[in-house]
Amino acid sequence: MIRLESVGLRYGTPSRPGPLVLEDISFSLPAGGFRWLQGPSGAGKSSLMRLLHLELLPNAGKLVVLDHDLGAMRRDDLPALRRQIGMVYQDFRLLPHLTAFDNIALPLRLAQAPESMIADDVAEMLRWVELTKKAAIYPPELSGGEQQRVAIARAVVGRPRLLLADEPTGNLDDTQALRQMRLLGELNRLGTTVVVATHNDSLVERFPAASLRLEDGRLVSDDE
Amino acid sequence: MTNKRRDDLGLRRLLGQEMLPWLVAAMAFLAALSIGGALEAQAVARHWQAGAARSATVLVPNPDLPLPRQGDGPEMTRFDAVLRVLRPNINLAQVRPLAPEDVGRLLRPWLGADTDLRTMHLPGVIALRLEREGVDLDKISREVAAVAPGATAEGHNAWIARLLALANTLEACALAVLGLVTLVAVAVVVAATRAGLAARREAIDIVHGLGAPDSYIASRFARRIAASAGIGGLLGMLAALPVLFGLAVLSAPFLDGDGLGLPHTIADLPLLLAAVPALPVVTSLLSYFTAQSTVRRWLRSLP
Repeated sequence: MIRLESVGLRYGTPSRPGPLVLEDISFSLPAGGFRWLQGPSGAGKSSLMRLLHLELLPNAGKLVVLDHDLGAMRRDDLPALRRQIGMVYQDFRLLPHLTAFDNIALPLRLAQAPESMIADDVAEMLRWVELTKKAAIYPPELSGGEQQRVAIARAVVGRPRLLLADEPTGNLDDTQALRQMRLLGELNRLGTTVVVATHNDSLVERFPAASLRLEDGRLVSDDE
Repeated sequence: MTNKRRDDLGLRRLLGQEMLPWLVAAMAFLAALSIGGALEAQAVARHWQAGAARSATVLVPNPDLPLPRQGDGPEMTRFDAVLRVLRPNINLAQVRPLAPEDVGRLLRPWLGADTDLRTMHLPGVIALRLEREGVDLDKISREVAAVAPGATAEGHNAWIARLLALANTLEACALAVLGLVTLVAVAVVVAATRAGLAARREAIDIVHGLGAPDSYIASRFARRIAASAGIGGLLGMLAALPVLFGLAVLSAPFLDGDGLGLPHTIADLPLLLAAVPALPVVTSLLSYFTAQSTVRRWLRSLP
């Protein structure tokens, strides 16, 4: 489960503090839950996603991710926790020197999965995102939509316990957007906790679920 | 963790490391010369020390002056009398009188070629090879002075002490250069590693976010840097070999006296034979651990 208690986040360093981007955020999300994260640009959605992905640590409050209190964890234990979290970035963040296949395989390789299993699982993901024929292509040679599908495949291939998706359908046409949302929904039904940040209100209407709304770094509504 | 040869971070094409093998080659070359210089100086110092400790010179002023005849004995010069005292001495392995021409030849560099040595009152010289180290030269001096007043026996300690000081200083300088070269090599590896980290910042962030531990990222950088440095070390060693060969030729006369025993001279330096071929391995290991520590320190800035 995920729990935030009065979490605050400020960029910069203690000696040169930057702007406050999240303030007094509190909510909880049970294991296997689904939550939309909405709000205007600059509201702090991506910062909150990065906090949940353990890329940033809060300056204030308490953050519990997958039942682990980050304030009580050693830094050396964080990589193992990160491997249980899948993240789809708004800007894809694929490795340009690896093929689509190797990008998708990376989380499994980091988890030391056997190569035979990796080959099967990655092939299945490539089929799901309809990129089987582009397995050996490098990201710079893929379209924006194709790169986004590779990024989604990479995030879900390891069957993470928590899936975070920041505008996962922003570069996809309607058909692909629906298909990828169905994939996220399927994972959620199998027990994965899912948080999806989006501007796309029509997508939220098509897949009704509880929603968090951020404005100016503050949580203004929690449907739960 | 995963196939160690897999280039997940794209380090194989890292531009910042193209210069690394050449810079490390230069450092390895200098290190090889420093090691060679230090070992040669050490060998020469040891050789001089061993030779000097077992040699001495007896100087006999007015060597041709006859001594008063003793009873029925033959007429003897002061030089003959000193030789007669020295030859039965069991502490002396060799007593070798130097002919006046040899003494003149030794002194000519100081006195000049035009000087007529026959007009000079040169002392007689007897070279002694001692049976062992620590023979009492004062006692020998007293014995020769008893038959030829003014005659003295001298060891070469004062000269050898100066030569040893020179050789030891050269050795210390060579080791200091070796230390400095090692520090510069470490600095070069740190700079190359930091350049690599800056160039691959995004890839590191991605892999770190996917759950790669510090050891995974650090070992990939370290292996790549160590491979580049190892190639540099090999190039530096190969470049240094002919120079070290020349150094051995130059030092051969100081060790053997004939100037021809080149292989023998190198064979006298087993440390050199071990140290120089080890350079690629040492540079590789040094680079590996330097890069590991640099990357791990840098990664501490990430959560």
